[in-house]
Amino acid sequence: MEKHINQYQTVHFTLNGKKVEKTVDVRASLTDMLRNDYYLDSVKKGCEVGECGACTVIIDGETFNSCIYLAVWAEGKNIRTLESLTGPNGELSDIQQAFVEEAAIQCGFCTPGFIMSAVEILESGKDYTDEELRKMLAGHLCRCTGYENIIRAVKKAIRRTMYRRQGLEAATDL
Amino acid sequence: MYDMKALYQAKSVRDAVALRLEHPEADIIAGGSDVLVQMREGKRAGRELISIQGLDEIRGVTMEQDGTIRIGSLTSFSHITRDPIIQKYINVLGEAVDQVGGPQIRNIGTIGGNTCNGVTSADSASTLFALDAIVELTGPGGIRHLPIADFYIRAGKVDIREGEIQTGILIPKESYEDTCGNYIKYAMRRAMDIATLGTSVNVKLSEDKKTVVRARVAFGVAGPVPLRAKTAEALAQGQPVSMELAEKFARAVKEDINPRDSWRAARDFRMHIAVESARRAFVESVKLCGGVL
Amino acid sequence: MNRYTGKSVIRVDAYDKSTGRAKYVDDLCPKNALIMKICHSTIAHGYVKSIDTSEAEAVSGVVKILTCFDVPDIQFPTAGHPWSADPAHQDVADRKLLNRHVRYYGDDIAVVIAEDEIAANQAVRLLKVEYEELPFVLDVQKAMEPDAPQIHEEFPGNVLKHTGNVIGNYQQASRQDGLTKIEGWYDTPTVQHCHIENHGAYAYMEAGRIVVVTSTQIPHIVRRICGQALGMPWGNIRVMKPYVGGGFGNKQDALYEPLVAWCCTKVGGRCVHFECTREETFVNNRVRHAIRIHLISYVRPDGKIVARKAELYSNGGAYASHGHSVVAKAMGSIPQLYPCDNMELDAYSVYTNRPVAGAMRAYGMPQATFALESHTDDICKALNLDPVAYRRQNLMPVGYVDSFSKNELYCDTFNQCMDKAMETLDYKRKYELYKNQTGPVRKGIGLSVFWYNTAVWPIALESSSCRMIVNQDGSIQFQTGETEIGQGCDTAFSQMVADAVGVPLDKVHVVSNQDTDVTPYGTGAYASRQTYIGSFSITKTATALRERILQIAHEYVRMPVEILDMAEGVIIRKTDGRALMTLAELASKCLYSLEHSEHITAEQTAQIKSNAYSFGCCVAEVEVDIPMCKVKLLDIVNVHDCGKLINPALAEAQVHGGMSMGIGYALSEQLLFDEKTGRPLNNNLLDYKMSTTMDHPHLQALFIENPEPTSPFGVKGLGEPPVCPVASAIRNAVRNATDVSINCCPITPHVLYRAFKQAGLIEE
Repeated sequence: MEKHINQYQTVHFTLNGKKVEKTVDVRASLTDMLRNDYYLDSVKKGCEVGECGACTVIIDGETFNSCIYLAVWAEGKNIRTLESLTGPNGELSDIQQAFVEEAAIQCGFCTPGFIMSAVEILESGKDYTDEELRKMLAGHLCRCTGYENIIRAVKKAIRRTMYRRQGLEAATDL
Repeated sequence: MYDMKALYQAKSVRDAVALRLEHPEADIIAGGSDVLVQMREGKRAGRELISIQGLDEIRGVTMEQDGTIRIGSLTSFSHITRDPIIQKYINVLGEAVDQVGGPQIRNIGTIGGNTCNGVTSADSASTLFALDAIVELTGPGGIRHLPIADFYIRAGKVDIREGEIQTGILIPKESYEDTCGNYIKYAMRRAMDIATLGTSVNVKLSEDKKTVVRARVAFGVAGPVPLRAKTAEALAQGQPVSMELAEKFARAVKEDINPRDSWRAARDFRMHIAVESARRAFVESVKLCGGVL
Repeated sequence: MNRYTGKSVIRVDAYDKSTGRAKYVDDLCPKNALIMKICHSTIAHGYVKSIDTSEAEAVSGVVKILTCFDVPDIQFPTAGHPWSADPAHQDVADRKLLNRHVRYYGDDIAVVIAEDEIAANQAVRLLKVEYEELPFVLDVQKAMEPDAPQIHEEFPGNVLKHTGNVIGNYQQASRQDGLTKIEGWYDTPTVQHCHIENHGAYAYMEAGRIVVVTSTQIPHIVRRICGQALGMPWGNIRVMKPYVGGGFGNKQDALYEPLVAWCCTKVGGRCVHFECTREETFVNNRVRHAIRIHLISYVRPDGKIVARKAELYSNGGAYASHGHSVVAKAMGSIPQLYPCDNMELDAYSVYTNRPVAGAMRAYGMPQATFALESHTDDICKALNLDPVAYRRQNLMPVGYVDSFSKNELYCDTFNQCMDKAMETLDYKRKYELYKNQTGPVRKGIGLSVFWYNTAVWPIALESSSCRMIVNQDGSIQFQTGETEIGQGCDTAFSQMVADAVGVPLDKVHVVSNQDTDVTPYGTGAYASRQTYIGSFSITKTATALRERILQIAHEYVRMPVEILDMAEGVIIRKTDGRALMTLAELASKCLYSLEHSEHITAEQTAQIKSNAYSFGCCVAEVEVDIPMCKVKLLDIVNVHDCGKLINPALAEAQVHGGMSMGIGYALSEQLLFDEKTGRPLNNNLLDYKMSTTMDHPHLQALFIENPEPTSPFGVKGLGEPPVCPVASAIRNAVRNATDVSINCCPITPHVLYRAFKQAGLIEE
């Protein structure tokens, strides 16, 4: 068997708001790097071929399955994982709070990925029909919830975020 | 961790061509949603890869001076769907690639990768066939253009020569002008699926919207590579718009398609769906053009 | 006291899961663990003649290669059942850690342990295996034929077990005048659990014992099975269960824990990690039994069932796993759901060369319900009866008592559930409206009821233990052997503890993770048992703890125990309601007392010798595009009677999940095999069609809360039931739309194409 030509590259990127650099094996996936080098365990492995969505992260504002994304492609990118949403004192973001309130979490394994896709939806600043939301969340599989409460939570977070943007107090009562 | 022997990252198209010549055994990786999956599976284990992921120069959609629409090969599906030029002139393509996998796959998957892997089920391919798209390849000798139908050699094999990479897909003005189309992806679920059959139809009507000036139909998974159903196209050309014509057109596709039996679907079932899809896509295309049936 | 039970409190683990901090097996595994990969057979049946490891050994990073020629000569069972001291009731021990006799395509024949994943994978690919191939069989009835390949020497004819049940005289009754015979064969598919976290485990040695950390539903049972498989005293094994990313019955089996445990002993006790790939999860874990069911009913024109015969052929795959119990449960449902005076029932568990079937959510009942509720509609069609009236007439009546389990139907549940479901989707009007439609796209509405027998008593032991510890601040930790796998039992149990002990919910701390060294014995998550069974050990332990607390309070406040009470963590004088002291004061004083220090704890085991029925109904509305051979689910509602709800929001969420699994079972999910080789064709999440967000309509989950009289909180099982009635409701809706009866699931476009062609709805 031909041996791997040992190759390491140093990648510089922004991770959860912080500029970082890391020398990585070119064979590593972004999932490998985030879990093994940065201990970002919210990035889950459910299939490793981009079918389940559990490893979803946001790169430059768009969602990607980090399992089928090479770590070295992180160069110059802005990468966000679920860990970036929780506040410095452990405060939950609107979308996390909505997942908690709407019983959208059961085993919790698909949750981080779903929340990251929801973040991309929220950041668009637009409202969507149920059908549109279902399409935008279709890159994630969940076996526990039937997706029902997940959709509910995302809708709630959209409303809350919109109210908040308009400075409405009612946001937290939703 | 992927079992790859080495990774070469191209910094420009020119660099990619040089790397291709230097490492003729290496596979090209664009978005990675096919190559990495196959590498994990063992199919491409231990191979060298040339990554063209960083080549922003071949990303994006532009309109050239003669009206040709150029889609850079690394343009992701989601960017194609959202692109204003695509939405205005060839919305059917945006709709077709909007049915690939799920959102994350559409963010990483590229139109170049979708065509270069040579698979018949690619959601972009049948529409590109139906639009007579031109594939642009850049190699050591410069740029080479060829019709997409010639680009596909056989299942999984496309005409990319030594030192070449695919840099763009071109849609000539003549092909999309006054033309509307519809793509029907037939799959077993509504997301995260590969096509059991892909049907792309586009039509151009006379000014009074009463006569078919041109109708084109292409299929994915109706043969080893995407294909056009020329008999049906010829039959519709110059004919008055009617439901009967839609029916005749649909039945005629059987003359040119040749789906196979596989565990994914039986041949006769695919034939049946092809006819029904062709009918519906034809009717929808005529309506989009302002025709009345 | 129902201060907390009955309320939709937030899950106790919601914060950790919403922040990504909840730790699952792979998050806890030491980064320096050795990686184990398995070499799977590439034939469906035969013997491994030899394995040449020389090239694989040469791969840099390989630490150890072990093959089927190296494993202990011990056959062990894997089913997650409570052990039985009676050999006649023990699970079938029919596999070794690695098997020389290969019984399905993908059987485990060797392992590579290496320093990294790539080296392990490369070495597995370089193993040279020589086989002696034997003919194989995939179909359950073909496996029963006299000349079929023999899969296990101990079971000639491949029948693992056959049981029957005779009620009255079927033959004689069926000859009565004026009866209509309705006969059908109903086929159900091989499907997989598809929890998003694949099963994984790591093992290492510590203080001469083996520690296994695993994604399991049944830590205490896994400990026992590891001991059995390795021929080791059970106490030498310690099993820990962190958060689990879903189980649905697949992890109610010893999966790869015994192999990982053994492997770690072969590398000097170093930590060995194995994680199933998704492809392995489909093929090398467990699947749902594909059961083929033959039903014959003799019915009077007024709808009375006079005689009925049922034959169930259960495809168990290559190893016994849960054995005969799954199809036995399916068979048992038939005379209970629709009692009839004259019945003949037979159930066969059969070995085939397919992946191993085991426990999966609702344990044989989705299969039985699909067959029986489809058959019910077939009867109504044949006799032109109203399907709802027929059900009201023939279903298990109020007051019905099962002679074996002593379970009773206390309330008019079936009618209540049907009425609510029908009203919700306007069933009656639509059912009539959708009859006799024409045109290419048609709508239909269908109904199905279900019955589910929760927990395992009296077939097996039902026992649960609980420990409670009072902290100095008056808060309480508690543990049970019942496991949180996503369903929400930690939250429901916490609510029960708060009410049963009399402390505020925020003073209750559940120890979520099980550790067999520390956690009191409990058999784990299965059979929809935990809320029911756990409620007994929790109330028993809480009673003991309260008694102790009030006894100590008596010493401090000097008042008779009889007039003391505790509510919300405060000791109260019952006579006037005066607060005397807080539990925090009491606990602290008591622990740090220089005269008589006591750490206040209680621990109790409850053996439960009762059980409860769960009931419900599903109504589904569909749109069928005939030329495209497609069913679109438009609307669906499940109505459940699972007793009093402990946490309505979590109950509703759990029903959604079960409905979703039922929708996949009805329309799209099926594991396929190559007839020529036995190779699985679609063991990945792209080709195996689990529903996505886009494949579901809005799911409605409703409840009828008839309190269960036998359990402390009036609760009974809910986890599995939601999946039971969905496929038959959808099937009956398709029939309402098209008048075409589909007697198999999933109802895929391929199936509809053939059926519509045969019915003349689409042209040749």
